[in-house]
Amino acid sequence: MAKKNVSVWTSIPFWRRSAAWVTGFAVMLLIWLSFDTLGQISMGTDEDLKAGTTKRVPAPTVINYNIDYKMDKKRGSEVPVIGAKEPFFGKEWSVEEAADLLHLGKLTSQAKNCMNCHTLLGNGAYFAPDLTKSWLDPMWSATGPMQAMTGKPTKEEAMAEFLINPSQYPTHARMMPNLGITAEEAVGLVAFLKHMSSIDTNGFPRNFSKTVDQFKVGGTNAR
Amino acid sequence: MLASIKTNSLTNEGQKLGMMYFRVAIILFGAQLLMGLIAAIQFLVPGFLFEIFDFSVARMVHINALVVWMLYAMIGSVYMMITDETGVETVGIKLGKLGFWVLTAAVTVVVLVYIFVQVGAGTEASIWLIHEGREYIEAPRWADIGIVVVVLIFYWNVFASYMAGKQTGIMTVMVANLMALAGLYLAGMFFTDNISMDQFWWWWVIHLWVEATWEVFVGTLAAYALIRLIGAKREIVEMWLWIEVLMLFGSGVLGMGHHYFWIGTPEYWWEIGALFSALEPVPLIAMFVHVLYDWGKEQGMAHGRGEEGNVVTNGPAMAWIVTNAFGNFLGAGVWGFFHTLPQVNIYTHGTQFTAAHGHLAFFGAYATILIGMMYYGVQKAHGVERMAMNFKSKMGIFLITFGVLGMTVALTIAGYEQVLVERAELGGTWNAFFIAQELPWYIQAQLWRTIMGVVTLVGFIYLVWDLLTIGKESQKEEV
Ligand code: HEC
Ligand code: HEM
Ligand code: HEM
Ligand SMILES: [Fe+2]
Repeated sequence: MAKKNVSVWTSIPFWRRSAAWVTGFAVMLLIWLSFDTLGQISMGTDEDLKAGTTKRVPAPTVINYNIDYKMDKKRGSEVPVIGAKEPFFGKEWSVEEAADLLHLGKLTSQAKNCMNCHTLLGNGAYFAPDLTKSWLDPMWSATGPMQAMTGKPTKEEAMAEFLINPSQYPTHARMMPNLGITAEEAVGLVAFLKHMSSIDTNGFPRNFSKTVDQFKVGGTNAR
Repeated sequence: MLASIKTNSLTNEGQKLGMMYFRVAIILFGAQLLMGLIAAIQFLVPGFLFEIFDFSVARMVHINALVVWMLYAMIGSVYMMITDETGVETVGIKLGKLGFWVLTAAVTVVVLVYIFVQVGAGTEASIWLIHEGREYIEAPRWADIGIVVVVLIFYWNVFASYMAGKQTGIMTVMVANLMALAGLYLAGMFFTDNISMDQFWWWWVIHLWVEATWEVFVGTLAAYALIRLIGAKREIVEMWLWIEVLMLFGSGVLGMGHHYFWIGTPEYWWEIGALFSALEPVPLIAMFVHVLYDWGKEQGMAHGRGEEGNVVTNGPAMAWIVTNAFGNFLGAGVWGFFHTLPQVNIYTHGTQFTAAHGHLAFFGAYATILIGMMYYGVQKAHGVERMAMNFKSKMGIFLITFGVLGMTVALTIAGYEQVLVERAELGGTWNAFFIAQELPWYIQAQLWRTIMGVVTLVGFIYLVWDLLTIGKESQKEEV
């Protein structure tokens, strides 16, 4: 039928062209924003840390520093605060050592499939606690139960010990299974978790620090 | 009964190959449901298969079987339509068949490794040989490369047939969209130490699949199916298709921002993500209206011409496609919108609420229409003019839909409780997590999810039984 279209609204070429333009525009905008974002989320350097320059994702050597997660009045949410230097597994890690350690930790986290039980940055599975700020969880702090339970004097050693033998230190009926994590891999994983807790997640998880404060003054969540 | 597995009436090689893809798809769907049930039971009975077949293993197989069976059924659907749309035999079909066997062998090996090896050491070799430990795209690197090769063969089949034959609007959208769909897979194929970077690119695959390219794929399939099943007019269907492409890509591409709220990415994604993802339900409403409107219109016109009876030539396929129209809107549109604004998502992010949405969306938007295409394939394979719903088809669609809806409601309740107690009240710590997990309401919801999962499984058994027998039975009736 060679009947002419009465209206542009029923014209296939019009919609085809519009679809192409809108899609093209959306894709271009996405790519442009992605370039900006990729710049902002690439890892900072050791110099940034020394100079106190804030990075959304700090350098691996952030494991040599104390990390906190505090309410920021201006942003209206909690943000990671990188503080004074502190030893990690009893020493200070060089730039190369820290990078290698983080590499081992990230690889192990994938090989052992943490994400199919836990969430990382809120993505993953919903069977076990979110690990985004697990480094800061009150259960691991000096006043929490895990250091005593594992018989380890520091947070990092307690975490590593737990990861090597999780089902030996259960705190709930739903336990974490033994995944065959070696002592070396466990150190890498703890570095990975500590690094993750220093990432600026725009305030996720919210109210986390409130609970931490409650623990500090001897309160608990238990009811 | 088993004789009907053989594709008897098909002479078109592409369509025969399509049926082969469908058969593997339905088997994987069954495996998916069994794994889901194991994982669901582990929520209720923590010791169930502990340190033998842990939750992470069951879940990995559950969601990988999901993704793979859907990709199989999508490829199968395309092979069903190539000749119908282009008017030529599928080009390079021999290679296509080889691709099928290579892919199926690879999938078998991957699944066996998931099940029996489960985890590796923290080395590159584990990522290459066992699994990558990244949700949905866990397939080890060697399999990634195999998948890319087979998909290239498949794409060649589609593209060369398109170039050799008629270039309909439906096929044009298909060819362009498949290119984007396949290309996106590459974004998930590298390793980085930076977890924010990792998640950034991971969502390029997951989000840009399910909320852009797969949705357009469904729009394309629905357009084809409406022409075939109810005799809808091509001009109208194709115009709708372009409008759907416009709206789906226009909202879905930048809607990706709703995954960039909390993974280390900058704050401007709050506005971008909220705005564009809030628009994502609009095309889903349009698709819903489109299917029902066309159906009503064709039926009305048939009556106007004085024709008796139903314009639908394949009852079960049409029933599943209407379920798709509704389920897509409900699961993706409504349940997606529930948690897509950052003000809400900061509390719901990574809770059972997400799981509720994930189930209803994947089922409503994809499982439904792909099952519909399987029924369409069965009809063709048996060369029957008309295929009507019978008791088994009805039990299949009813129980599966009721089961998934039930699971979704249960998970929504669990999620709601988790959001209020674990997140809003207690701040999402380790302890907060378990306080919420151990509340009676949460446990009840998990129990109901499991019960509804069993209902889904029973429906699935009816579905398979029906797919195996309905073709023969319709043939007998027609003679
Ligand atoms: C099979 C599921 C499963 C896998 C896989 C798994 N976990 Fe766990 N994890 C759990 C469960 C369940 C708990 C809670 C244990 C408890 O409370 O007794 C837990 C607890 C934890 C904790 C303490 C909770 C907190 O917030 O600090 C950490 C840390 C942890 N896991 C890290 C990991 C890491 C790292 C991996 C990957 C190498 C991993 N888990 C893999 C199930 C799993
Ligand atoms: C027998 C029925 C089913 C059961 C018992 C079941 C159970 C489960 C369980 C326990 C999980 C893990 C959730 C978590 O991490 O907490 C899961 C995840 C998932 N399932 Fe199912 N499932 C079933 C059917 C389905 C169906 C039919 C689909 C889709 C078509 C589906 C899609 C998914 C998806 C997409 C996820 C990941 C969700 C997310 O990460 O948000 N499941 N399922
Ligand atoms: C058919 C289309 C869709 C499918 C199959 C789907 C599936 C999923 C799945 C499986 C997840 C969980 C991913 C994970 O494991 O982390 C998810 C997350 C999400 N979806 Fe969808 N989705 C669809 C459409 C939509 C739409 C249209 C919207 C918004 C209007 C939406 C909003 C969201 C949001 C906000 C999240 C993040 C949840 C969180 O923060 O935990 N989705 N989707
Ligand atoms: Fe999304």
